[in-house]
Amino acid sequence: MRDNDRLHKDRWLLPEGIEEALPEQAAGLEFLRRRLLDCYRSWGYQLVMPPFIEHLQSLLTGTAEDLDLQTFKIIDPLTGRMMGVRADMTPQAARIDAHQLHCEQPVRLCYLGTVLRTRADGLGGSRAPLQLGAELYGHAGIDSDLEILELMLESLTVTGVDDVYIDLGHVGVFRGLARQAGLDAHSEAALFDALQRKALPEIRSLLDDCNLPDNLRAMIAALAELNGGDEVIAEARQRLETAPDDVQRALDELDAIAAAVHQRRPDLPLHFDLAELRGYHYHTGIVFAAFVPGYGQEIARGGRYDDIGRIFGRARPATGFSADLKTLMERATRSPAAGQELQRILAPAVDDAALRAKISELRADGKCVISQLPGQIGAAADMGCEWELALRDGKWAVVAAGNAN
Amino acid sequence: MSDTLTIALSKGRIFQETLPLLAHAGIEPLDDPDTSRKLILDTNLSDVKLVIIRASDVPTYVQYGATEVGVAGKDVLMEHGGEGLYEPLDLEIAKCRLMVAGPSQSAVNGRRMRIATKYVNCTRRYFAEQGRQVEIIKLYGSMELAPLVGLADRIVDVVDTGNTLKANGLAPLHHIADISSRLIVNKAAMKMKSARIKAFIRDMQAAVIGRRQ
Repeated sequence: MRDNDRLHKDRWLLPEGIEEALPEQAAGLEFLRRRLLDCYRSWGYQLVMPPFIEHLQSLLTGTAEDLDLQTFKIIDPLTGRMMGVRADMTPQAARIDAHQLHCEQPVRLCYLGTVLRTRADGLGGSRAPLQLGAELYGHAGIDSDLEILELMLESLTVTGVDDVYIDLGHVGVFRGLARQAGLDAHSEAALFDALQRKALPEIRSLLDDCNLPDNLRAMIAALAELNGGDEVIAEARQRLETAPDDVQRALDELDAIAAAVHQRRPDLPLHFDLAELRGYHYHTGIVFAAFVPGYGQEIARGGRYDDIGRIFGRARPATGFSADLKTLMERATRSPAAGQELQRILAPAVDDAALRAKISELRADGKCVISQLPGQIGAAADMGCEWELALRDGKWAVVAAGNAN
Repeated sequence: MSDTLTIALSKGRIFQETLPLLAHAGIEPLDDPDTSRKLILDTNLSDVKLVIIRASDVPTYVQYGATEVGVAGKDVLMEHGGEGLYEPLDLEIAKCRLMVAGPSQSAVNGRRMRIATKYVNCTRRYFAEQGRQVEIIKLYGSMELAPLVGLADRIVDVVDTGNTLKANGLAPLHHIADISSRLIVNKAAMKMKSARIKAFIRDMQAAVIGRRQ
C-alpha cells in the first residue's frame, strides 16, 4: 500500500487515548454535568473556569514531577515562553483562590472541564479526562476534610455510582517518620517508591542500608502492613508508639475522621492504609480515594494540601477532591438520566403560521420538536420520534407517530 | 461483594514451584495446565480460581484488576515498572539472576555498545546508572544467539545455571539484580477484599517460611 493510500484510509483515526462522545454518551455526560454543578452550587461551591492553557511555571507550582511529565507543552509564539495545557485543574483553582479572590473567609470552588495528559492513567484510559472537582480553602481541620469527603460521596451518588469503598490514609505518618529518620532525598524517594508498592522485601533492605535505630526502622517497615479495617488505627497506635508527636497527631486526625464517617454513614465500608502516599509531594494531611467492585483502580480521590498557594503570595489551608466524569459514568450501576429523556415530536414540512406557533409553544414547554425537511427520507419513527404534529379539526395537535393521517 | 480470589500464574517453573506454596495455603488445582486446555483452572475451593497466562502478562492482569493476585518474577516486575501493584511477599522461588553476558574475551571500544534483550527498560536503566549510553535491540527469545551472529555485543537476560551461556561461548559479565518470584496484589482488591487477601498473604508467608526449613 502506498503511504498516500494509507493516509486516506485511516484519516478517521483518533490519537491514542483521545475519544469523542457520540450523541447518547454526550447527552449522558451533559446530564450529569448539569446535575453535579447544580449539586455543588447547592452546597455553596462556586464554579470557576480556569484557562485551558497557561504558563507552564504557574501550572506546575507546588506539585510533583509527575505532573510535569503529564503536561502537554507548547511555546507561546508571542513571548517565547513555555505554556502548558492543564493536566490537572487543582493547582489552577489554588491559584485563583490565592491570587484572585483575596478572601479571608473560607472559599469553596468547583470546576468541571477537559484536561489533557501525556499518558493515560488506567486501563485503556483517556488522555483527555473530563475532570470534575471541588476545593475548600481557608480552614485547617478535619471538618473541612469531612465536608469534601461527603461531597465526593454525594458526587458518586449523583452520577449513579453505588457500592463505594473508601480508602483513608494520612501522609503525615510517613512524613513524620522520614523526618525523624533524617533520610536524604535519594533514600526517601527510594523508600517512598517501595512503600507505594508495599514491597516489604525491598523496604527492609533499603532500611538496612540507612543506619537507623531499630525502633524507627521497624516503624517505617510497619507502614507497609498497616492496612485493613478499623483495627488498623489501634494497631498503628501500638506499633508506632514511639513515633514523634506529628505522627501521633496524624493518627488522631485519622481516628477522628473515621469516627465521624462511621457515625454519618454507618454502611460505608472504610479501609485504612498508612502507606497510601499518592500525591505525597503536595498532600499534607488526610488523603482518601473511592473504589468500586470490578474496577482495579480508584475512581475518585482527594485530600488535604495546605499552603499550595504560597508561591502565588498566599498560603492557605486547602482540601479538595477530583474525578473523571467519563470514568464515573462508565462505572455507574444505574443511569440517573433514565426516564429524563425529552419527548420527541416530528413536525411536518408545511409552511403554516399556526404550525410555527404550535412548535414554539411546545419547545417553550420543554418538548423536542424536529421540523421535517421537504422531500426528506424517513417518517416520524425513523427520526426517533414517538409523536408527530397533525391537523385535527383544523388545529395542530400532537398525535402518536404513524397516526397523522 | 463476593470474596472470590483469582490467582494469575505463568506456566512452567513458576507454576510448578508455586503449587506447593498454594497447597500449604490449602489451595489445590483440579486440572493440570500441561494436559488441560483450559485457561481458567478450578481448585478444591469453589471461590478460588487459577488463571494461566504468559509471565510478562501477569502484572498487566493484576494491575487492572482482571485477577486479584498473581505470581510474577522480579525481572518481569522491574521491566513492567510495578505501577499500580502491591508486591508484599517474596516467594523465594524461581530464583535466578538478571545479568549482562557476552563473549568472555571481548571489549567494545570507541562506539556505542549494542545490547540484545527482552528487558528493554531494565537494560536502559542499568547502563544509564553506569553512565553508559547503549543501543538496545529488543528481542523476544534466544538472546544468546545475538552476539554469535553479530547482532549485538552483549545480552541482558536472566541466568539460572549459566549452562546455555557456556554452551554458546558466552559468560556472565555483570550482575544487575537477584531475581525471585513475588506475590503481587491489585490495589483495589487489597482495599475491597482486605481480610481475604491479607489472610491469603499470611498463609503464603507461612508456606515460604515453612519451605526454608
